[in-house]
Amino acid sequence: MKELICIVCPKGCHLKVDETNDYKVTGNGCPRGEEYGKIELTHPTRVVTSTVQCSGGAHPRCPVKTSAPIPKELILQAVRCLDGVKLTAPVHTGDVVVPNICGTGVHFIATRDL
Amino acid sequence: MYDLIVIGGGPAGLAAAHAAWEKGLKHILIVERDKELGGILNQCIHNGFGLHYFKEELTGPEYAGRFIHMLEDTGVEVLLDTMVLTITSDRQVHMVGKSTGYRVEEAKAIILAMGCRERTRGAIAIPGQRPAGIFTAGAAQRYVNMEGYLPGRRVVILGSGDIGLIMARRMTLEGAKVLACVEVMPYSGGLNRNIVQCLHDYDIPLYLSHTVTDIRGRNRVEQVVVSKVDNRRQPIPGTEMVFDCDTLLLSVGLIPENELTRQAGIRMDPRTNGAVVYENMETSLPGVFACGNVAHVHDLVDFVTAESQRAGRAAADYVLGAAPSSDSVLEVNNGDGVTYTVPQHIRPNRVEKNCDLFFRVNRICKNSEILVTSGAQTIAKFPREHMAPGEMEHIVLPRVLLERAQEDITVSIQEGASK
Repeated sequence: MKELICIVCPKGCHLKVDETNDYKVTGNGCPRGEEYGKIELTHPTRVVTSTVQCSGGAHPRCPVKTSAPIPKELILQAVRCLDGVKLTAPVHTGDVVVPNICGTGVHFIATRDL
Repeated sequence: MYDLIVIGGGPAGLAAAHAAWEKGLKHILIVERDKELGGILNQCIHNGFGLHYFKEELTGPEYAGRFIHMLEDTGVEVLLDTMVLTITSDRQVHMVGKSTGYRVEEAKAIILAMGCRERTRGAIAIPGQRPAGIFTAGAAQRYVNMEGYLPGRRVVILGSGDIGLIMARRMTLEGAKVLACVEVMPYSGGLNRNIVQCLHDYDIPLYLSHTVTDIRGRNRVEQVVVSKVDNRRQPIPGTEMVFDCDTLLLSVGLIPENELTRQAGIRMDPRTNGAVVYENMETSLPGVFACGNVAHVHDLVDFVTAESQRAGRAAADYVLGAAPSSDSVLEVNNGDGVTYTVPQHIRPNRVEKNCDLFFRVNRICKNSEILVTSGAQTIAKFPREHMAPGEMEHIVLPRVLLERAQEDITVSIQEGASK
């Protein structure tokens, strides 16, 4: 039995996951917690957020995020893909900044208009 | 004359102005001192916003962007680069702006949505030298996420508030080494999920019941000394650890920014450092409302939005003359285990169906019950498996129960009561 704190939402439910019983999850407040408990012990993933350079906008940096969660072990590799990326305004929320991060099929997308 | 002037264009001001517009006010002005709307959300580039309100996980700029777009479809006016200097009890708003100069606008109602600011080194009196390299976590966040500067390479973070935890991860992803996160209390002040995904994910140690007892360095921070504290939060000699670092980030609490509120003579609550408010977020000055972090510091922007929409609707009711005249007022008192409540006063006949009540506990409570009492009578009970000071609690009191209350209400925690 493994105890986890659910990170799906800020509520932070205290989960118990039974590895010996098909990763059965208890203590979750919603179905997303059950999914998190299973995935966290089998193949943990995270949404990664960072910034890239941007010229011609209101600010010199544009925030980005992964369009879906990526495997946790790829986080540092993923943010390295952003080194040297330079955008030029106008940028729109949802624009693809780096496609197909580390072969995952997930993209870095812009999270604001600039 | 405006129907409504909203002071502050962050999440609280945006939601309040939008709700007031939807309720029928047509002459609304938002005054924002920054060069753009969105407030602190613009620098909170991490995700996790909007799960309650939009039912999806957004980053700060995306969350702000949604409200900014919603306002673009209304006739709400916005003045950027404009600082409010004074508000008067007859609802005159004195402001100064880059392009507009000094001007005075009048309003039938005002919403205070100025947010909060960070406590600094001075506020917590850390001993030691005064070199460069000491930042509040939020200032560092703005440097990294909006202006493109990395404030340091080897970092110690004091305080385990959410901004500190988020910055531990952010600095790590930008290539800095975060050596430790140090918390004076025996528990973290931040959300559990941030401990997991900002510290555990990156193997950053969290030292609970520890604090910074010395800062060393002539021009730039060179060393930070961390000591264990006893249960009275006093440093224990002989427990010092020395960290070689160039940066100290402070995440040691937020203070609602209420200079304007105090100046206007509005009644303040020393527990929240915000105005004393009624169930509809109205302050002691009729027609002046407060919402968001200026009223009390929230953990989640979704709750700021919901509270601010209530304030916006209430301001519209006030201007349109739809607010019922009130008679009885119940005071809400802190009982055992409760640090503060918002609202501090409830007028039962003004509660539509339910009254939202927010509060914080003063310790970690397991398997407990939240008791709402009025005199000797218990009017409501809410079981909770887990409560912590870092996580704001929320209960909903139906109007019928409030009408039954004969005297002031007390909210308290009874531990180990249930099961």
